[in-house]
Amino acid sequence: MQRASGGFWLTAGTLLSSQLLISTAIAQPSDDLAKMQTNSANVVMPTITYDNQRYSGLNQITPQNVGKLQVAWTFSTGVLRGHEGAPLVIGDVMYVHAPFPNTVFALDLNHDGKILWKYEPKQDPNVIPVMCCDTVNRGLAYSGGKLFLHQADTTLVALDAKTGKVDWSVKTGDPAKGETGTGAPMVVKDKVYVGVSGGEFGVRGWVTAYSTADGKQIWRAWSEGTDQDLLVDPQKTTELGKPIGADSSLKSWEGDQWKIGGGATWGWYSYDPKLNLIYYGSGNPSTWNPKQRPGDNKWSMTIFARDADTGMARWVYQMTPHDQWDYDGVNEMILADQEIGGRMVPTLVHFDRNGLAYTLNRATGELLVAAKYDPAVNWTTGVDMNKNSQTYGRPNVVAKYAPGEAGEDVNSQGICPAALGSKDEQPAAYSPETKLFYVPTNHVCMDYEPFRVSYTAGQPYVGATLAMYPPPGQTNMGNFIAWDATKGKIMWSDPEQFSVWSGAMATKGGVVFYGTLEGYLKAVDAKTGKELYRFKTPSGIIGNVITYEHKGKQYVAVLSGIGGWAGIGLAAGLTDPHAGLGAVGGYAALNNYTALGGTLTVFSLPGG
Amino acid sequence: MRGRPTGQTTEYTVHRFLATAAVLAAAVCFSTAAYAVTDGSGDPTAVKSDDGKWVDKDGTPTFKVAPDGTVDWYTYAGFVRYSSECLRCHGPDGVGSTYAPALMESMRRLSYSDFYMVVASGKKDVSASQNLVMPSNGENKNVMCYIDAIYVYLRSRADDAVGRGRPEKHAPKPAAYSKAEDQCMG
Repeated sequence: MQRASGGFWLTAGTLLSSQLLISTAIAQPSDDLAKMQTNSANVVMPTITYDNQRYSGLNQITPQNVGKLQVAWTFSTGVLRGHEGAPLVIGDVMYVHAPFPNTVFALDLNHDGKILWKYEPKQDPNVIPVMCCDTVNRGLAYSGGKLFLHQADTTLVALDAKTGKVDWSVKTGDPAKGETGTGAPMVVKDKVYVGVSGGEFGVRGWVTAYSTADGKQIWRAWSEGTDQDLLVDPQKTTELGKPIGADSSLKSWEGDQWKIGGGATWGWYSYDPKLNLIYYGSGNPSTWNPKQRPGDNKWSMTIFARDADTGMARWVYQMTPHDQWDYDGVNEMILADQEIGGRMVPTLVHFDRNGLAYTLNRATGELLVAAKYDPAVNWTTGVDMNKNSQTYGRPNVVAKYAPGEAGEDVNSQGICPAALGSKDEQPAAYSPETKLFYVPTNHVCMDYEPFRVSYTAGQPYVGATLAMYPPPGQTNMGNFIAWDATKGKIMWSDPEQFSVWSGAMATKGGVVFYGTLEGYLKAVDAKTGKELYRFKTPSGIIGNVITYEHKGKQYVAVLSGIGGWAGIGLAAGLTDPHAGLGAVGGYAALNNYTALGGTLTVFSLPGG
Repeated sequence: MRGRPTGQTTEYTVHRFLATAAVLAAAVCFSTAAYAVTDGSGDPTAVKSDDGKWVDKDGTPTFKVAPDGTVDWYTYAGFVRYSSECLRCHGPDGVGSTYAPALMESMRRLSYSDFYMVVASGKKDVSASQNLVMPSNGENKNVMCYIDAIYVYLRSRADDAVGRGRPEKHAPKPAAYSKAEDQCMG
């Protein structure tokens, strides 16, 4: 792999790019990705590996030496908005993405991140206010010499990884209807999958597969609608072992509400090559006012397992039927083989916004474990695990904390978790060494008052007011926890002043990394959670930590740049509406710790 | 290592100082029976009510807070609608966010008509250093049907007449409000 360096290569690259791409595509089919992902030196996909474990086989950095970690080099993206996701690393090149305007940089790892090329699309800034909660982007996908980026304005673009030149682009959605692109694409074989954002604008969610060769649409699977639109087989597609039956979605809505029914799909996707299934979750139903959408609102809030080639759903599981809290089901699905009841099971583990962690058999969709991963969770007493029960697999809802039961214009108080969930998009990690999941969590409760709203295409479609604050008697708004998904048990929990909004990274070296909203990169012992190292980066971290190897040396990197939902909710600090008159202050305000600005910080051990 | 007790103490001390200063300032204002604070629309003192909808001496919508803290209905309704329609960018209680400005500050400069125009037509501040875009809400019933309520709520925040969070007590919903709401929302 030759790097582009200097003007000659850039010019030559432009001339040669089309031929090069054809030959690269043939010589290097994207099947290679399955092999490439096993090389821990690289970061070839946003989830590190297809199983989304966010685990690296690198082991130079250990609990013994991580305290000596120091900054190797830094890079400013020049963008102020919230920086989610993480760069990719392929050979000698690192690919860094940024929020709107969705700049992409190729950086030369042989020269401390010298810029090889820069891509900056021209996008209509009118897309900005249609993006709920900041103009974030969660990153790039790579395959066969191309990079794939889903821009804010829903342009899916394929870039030549050598030159940054656009190979093809396709429009996936319509921002005028509130559809936007924030999620990272995923590539399997010859297809690139993207989802859509806009749950707060009454979009109808979908996942779409495009050809990596030319951007041609291959299939689109909607979150709501007819069986044909859903890409389900009423007999063969199952939920908890039973066929879902005909018109499963349409029957669960009143009238045409499903057409603006939400179920956005902007989370992280994963893939099991053996089963040839892709996994993802769908988001909240629209509006946030449950009274305006009676029924289970299928298939919002659902885990989908779909055939990677055809898109047909193998199984589904709706975690929060008829959502009343905005507990989006988009969080990542982590695939790990675990021993449960004395046998090895191909599991899928999912930490939902609703505060429950689910362990399922990812081949069959059988529900194995469902347990609270934050003791504060109070809207449910748990999931009905009795297979013979009418309500098998459904959460037992506590009426007092169900805004839909109270009705419109009534303020339901003290609901835990808040709408941002016990965890949001920030992905957890799993170490096959310790057999533990490392989960960045939010520890925040809310008051929720639903009311009537009218729908206008492209305008926010929310219909609820909410106030957020830490659980009663506590001041920490987050925890970084270790979770045993076979038992549904917290093994240790490190309190954090703010929600932990950064993706975790587990390593073979026995160190787990994550970032904090104040801006600290932290390293903890994978076994005990003991903090071993911290460094304050220039801004709050909502990006995901990665680790890679270059010229035989292990590096750790993270994007900082405060923003996103966290920056909106926590900037000025939370106040407790129930603290009573005369209560002093409120909780810690992010504004007192950090300010805007996107920076990549790369760490390594000294010497070498 | 985990907590930052020193920092927090300082922060709370500052808050306490400001709170005390605010109480003193308010006391001075009341004793001279003149509202020293003016916002972008001038003196916010409520002089007249038309079925629970208060206006100032210039006829501009304004808030009315009773001595026991009870707010008028429009201020309360404004809190609810602000939190649904504006919070997502401007942060809770008009305090701003990492994404959009603090409207309780902006309202110290903006007049009622300035406010109305920005909400209805939107605003763009796109440059090399920032991309701030406010959408036009002229067609958005969830905003425009409640624009006076949202204005009155933010005006009360700009003048520190209403604190953070949900106002604890509010006047009952006037019949005129329900009627106007039904007509506007359709």
